[in-house]
Amino acid sequence: MAHTPKPPLVEIRGLTKAYVRGKQVVEVLHGIDLDIPEGDFVALMGPSGSGKTTLLNMIGGLDSPTDGLLMVNGQRIDDFGSNELAAWRARTVGFIFQSYNLMPVLTAQKNVELPLLLTDLNASQRARHADIALELVGLSDRAKHKPNELSGGQQQRVAIARALVSDPQLLICDEPTGDLDRKTADEVLKLMQTLNSQYGKTIIMVTHDPKAAEYARRIVHLDKGVLVDEAAH
Amino acid sequence: MKYFQLIWTALFRKKLRTLFTLLSLSAAFLLIGLLQAVTSLFAGSVDFLGADRLIVQARTSFTQSLPMRMLPQIEMLPGISRVNHSQFFGGQFQDSRQPFPQFVVNPQRLFDTYPEWVIDKDQRANFISTQDGAIVGRLLAERSGWKVGDIVPLNSFIWLKADGSRVWEWRVVGIFDGKNQEWKDRTQLMYLNYGQFEEARPLRAKGLAGVFVVRLKHPEDSQRVSDMIDAKFENSVDETKTQNEQEFQLGFIKQFGDIGFMMNLISAAVIFTILILTGYTMSQAVRERIPELAVLKCLGFTDNLVLWLVLAEALLLCAIGAGIGMGLSTMLTTALPAEFPPLRTDGRVWLFAATTVVGLALAVGLPPALRAKRLKIVDALAGR
Repeated sequence: MAHTPKPPLVEIRGLTKAYVRGKQVVEVLHGIDLDIPEGDFVALMGPSGSGKTTLLNMIGGLDSPTDGLLMVNGQRIDDFGSNELAAWRARTVGFIFQSYNLMPVLTAQKNVELPLLLTDLNASQRARHADIALELVGLSDRAKHKPNELSGGQQQRVAIARALVSDPQLLICDEPTGDLDRKTADEVLKLMQTLNSQYGKTIIMVTHDPKAAEYARRIVHLDKGVLVDEAAH
Repeated sequence: MKYFQLIWTALFRKKLRTLFTLLSLSAAFLLIGLLQAVTSLFAGSVDFLGADRLIVQARTSFTQSLPMRMLPQIEMLPGISRVNHSQFFGGQFQDSRQPFPQFVVNPQRLFDTYPEWVIDKDQRANFISTQDGAIVGRLLAERSGWKVGDIVPLNSFIWLKADGSRVWEWRVVGIFDGKNQEWKDRTQLMYLNYGQFEEARPLRAKGLAGVFVVRLKHPEDSQRVSDMIDAKFENSVDETKTQNEQEFQLGFIKQFGDIGFMMNLISAAVIFTILILTGYTMSQAVRERIPELAVLKCLGFTDNLVLWLVLAEALLLCAIGAGIGMGLSTMLTTALPAEFPPLRTDGRVWLFAATTVVGLALAVGLPPALRAKRLKIVDALAGR
């Protein structure tokens, strides 16, 4: 029996992104081709302005390409409208940002529960799911604390729990350790590695930090809007 | 309901600012509540007036008297069950700061035309038979401490006696009440027997009435009978203008100015001021939270859901402020002493406040809500 290879989770072909700045059209990405299989952990690296965050935003459905094809899990998300894209993000993607982006007025638990407000779960089910996610990142004892009562590393772990709570296939991380010291950054990266290796989460991470990139399975380099190099660990 | 905590915590993100905004809103709605209670008092004061009563006045003005001989001429018209004459007395008792209306009437006809007044049978008979008799409304009697047997001197700014004196002494022979709460609340007036009034007036003023109060057999005949009365006296020296009792009372009130218009004008000024203040607060609150709103969109909140969350926050802010203000207004008007007019923060006032809250919330919430709806996630997260 012939073996059909599994299609990549993320399939990018000829992806182009251009911005209009005044009278000028600035092309940031020039026809990117990239496949990311399910369960991969990819670090996107490159100098400032190379287009790595733009590429990440498009894969996460936060921005739309000017041209090209962008498929995630067999769906052409570059064709989606705003509401469709929002629903798709809620189901498929978890986001982790450099500056954590937690709601300052909500406790860690309520922050983690936020994505679940878009589901049919009731309040107690939402709380239970949030507890499990916080336990996974080792912050059960900080559930009732607000972000300003937590360290940077703890806040980032709450953000990871929030990204995980709705069990998305894909984690999109934009400089997740950019604001952390080395030791805390390593803890957070190890946690992400665990999520990748033990829970099968596909992770795409933008980073400037070569040490952080070492935690990924694969490093993709961009420069001036084109892929220049790919390396597997 | 599941978004309530999100809205609530967002509202109290800057506690002090929200508190001050709420205080301003509460003060504004307290004022609106009181102003609208005054409007409601005037508007509502005529709502319950009988549709089966007409007031006949001189065509030129109700201050112009009509000859008493017109009474039987009106009463003989079809569709009319009883007619009384009524004259505003304009008397003042000691403290001019607490005025109350007095009307000179035919006592027997009064009870026929106003069956809503309730009075003891003996007191009623005494009023009919006592030339200088007066009956006092319950609220007025309680306020003034008057009881049956008291002599009340009234200094009329309109009517002189034949001897030139303006002081008329009236003997309280009864205390009357209303048949229901609306009429009980109206018992701040006094009726005087026409007997002494007619006898003591100078010759030139005798035989004159202020207006005629007409009780109809059937309320639905109101327009037809009005037209008939006015037609009867058309082209005579005493042309008439006949209106139902509500129209007459509203016209009477409006001689002092359009109270409702003035109150609404002040309310509008208050609403405009609070709109500017609350609008600024809401815009500021949303502007500070642009990255947070962008994160919500990242998590899958749709543009419309974010719009509704901001609108709901504006509505909640306005509703809490209005609730406190209107609650205070209700407490204040309920606790008003008897000597004050019967102001009520009633359903009509609450409805006005509720409509204002919705309008205000839309006005202050929609601009930032639309901004939140339109914000682009990538730009917002990048601080652009």
